[in-house]
Amino acid sequence: MAKTLTFALMDPPFENARSTTALRLIDLAVKGGFNVNVFAYEGAVYLPFAKQAQHPNAVHGRNVEEENHPLPRTWIAALMKEAGDKGLKLDWANCGLCVDERGAAEAIEGVRRGSPADFWNFAQNSINTLVIGTR
Amino acid sequence: MKVLNIVEAAYRGTLEEQDDTIVWFCHAMKGANADIDVLLRGNAVNYAVKAQDASGLSFGEARQTQPPQLANDLVKLKGKGVRIFVVEDALRERGIEPSELIDGLDFVPRAKLAKLFGDYDQVWHW
Repeated sequence: MAKTLTFALMDPPFENARSTTALRLIDLAVKGGFNVNVFAYEGAVYLPFAKQAQHPNAVHGRNVEEENHPLPRTWIAALMKEAGDKGLKLDWANCGLCVDERGAAEAIEGVRRGSPADFWNFAQNSINTLVIGTR
Repeated sequence: MKVLNIVEAAYRGTLEEQDDTIVWFCHAMKGANADIDVLLRGNAVNYAVKAQDASGLSFGEARQTQPPQLANDLVKLKGKGVRIFVVEDALRERGIEPSELIDGLDFVPRAKLAKLFGDYDQVWHW
């Protein structure tokens, strides 16, 4: 049976390198055969926000298709598929109150609502937990 | 599993949230029977200062009626059985006297933090 790692994330998307680094770590965990739990707290609930949209970039001289702007929701969906294809699970819980105060309820499929109790449960059932706080 | 939660980034969204989000998180985890303690370091040591008062914020006719009460939130957390550690070097560097702080804190010198961490199964640096 695959072992499990838990991550707590706090940063919103498109603000700093920690968000991408966190997804890199999650990717490596899945590639390494681990189930992964993610508890998204505060601004991180916007990482899987379903309404993130690509845009053209006139400075780059590219239209929307050419620009192919990265969207964290797409990366997270890809990580979930990667995990599923390997018989693993990426269980992503968004802090429910954080979602409410931000109006961020429209998340991609596979994201569920959670609470600090879920995070504690995640941590208790994982071999280790990494908190990536915001600064 | 016993976990030490380090709070360092201070006053992050406290006026909007009406609390510190990590202290709040610790309250909620304790409600789920988590075995946790808290360590205040850096600017977050100021959370234990009794005399702080964040009341009075208003924009036009919009008034904040429930301002954060960070020191009191720590008192309540301690009342639930959570030990609150404070890095004493950080207090000294900021000119904060122990007499200004809430009661019941555990003071730890920075040089002894590694030993403190060893008492826990995990350390979460928020």
